[in-house]
Amino acid sequence: MTDHVFKALSDPTRRAIFEHLTRDGEQTVHALTHRAGVSQPAVSKHLTVLKRARLVRHRHEGRETHYSAQPQSLAPLVDWMTQYGAFWRERFDRLESLLERMDK
Amino acid sequence: MNNTAATCSLVIEREMSHSPEKVWRALTQGPLIAEWLMSNDFQPIVGHRFQFRAAPVPGWNGIIDSEVLLVEPHTRLSYGWTSMGLETVVTWTLTPTANGTLLRMEQSGFPSETGANYKGAKYGWTTFIGKLENVVGGLQ
Repeated sequence: MTDHVFKALSDPTRRAIFEHLTRDGEQTVHALTHRAGVSQPAVSKHLTVLKRARLVRHRHEGRETHYSAQPQSLAPLVDWMTQYGAFWRERFDRLESLLERMDK
Repeated sequence: MNNTAATCSLVIEREMSHSPEKVWRALTQGPLIAEWLMSNDFQPIVGHRFQFRAAPVPGWNGIIDSEVLLVEPHTRLSYGWTSMGLETVVTWTLTPTANGTLLRMEQSGFPSETGANYKGAKYGWTTFIGKLENVVGGLQ
């Protein structure tokens, strides 16, 4: 899941779309296309990637599809430092005990 | 888009009662690195691309893609640390002390939860993560 989130946000157009949805709330594909400066099929493709990462969700209303941000999917991102913090502390312990075993 | 490259870093420091030369060996010799960090094909040559590999666990494939960025013998070592799309840089700094070596590890390039950018220059991330701070912060 985290992998999907990073891939989805590695593209500047997708980041812009996601940021836009986060700031301004729910939008139609139409409105997003207008803002993004790329074709509607391109925007739809980006939205599919964002959807797979669960960063956005959609609902249909009449002929329009409305998209909204699901920023709670960003939560895995903020866990990285905590995870790496524990990882490195444990590795420091191992390094220290290796140094004890090594010759001068 | 604002591409200011502010990043969020993780820093760990510890004084080791061993000489910088000895600590340097543990940081730069492949078989020794494998004993405390991960199996690897590291070489202390700037530009050398290599991997760290650990046993895969659910949610992580166990692979770190890396490239040597800086080698200053007995003083400073830096390499890329890319895993699952997250690009960070690990920099080791060795400072001699009366009792041995102050070893400092800085891993930089994290998405920040306090508003800084995530590897702005390279990824072109904007400050949007910062703007989501309240939303994400509310989840913790």
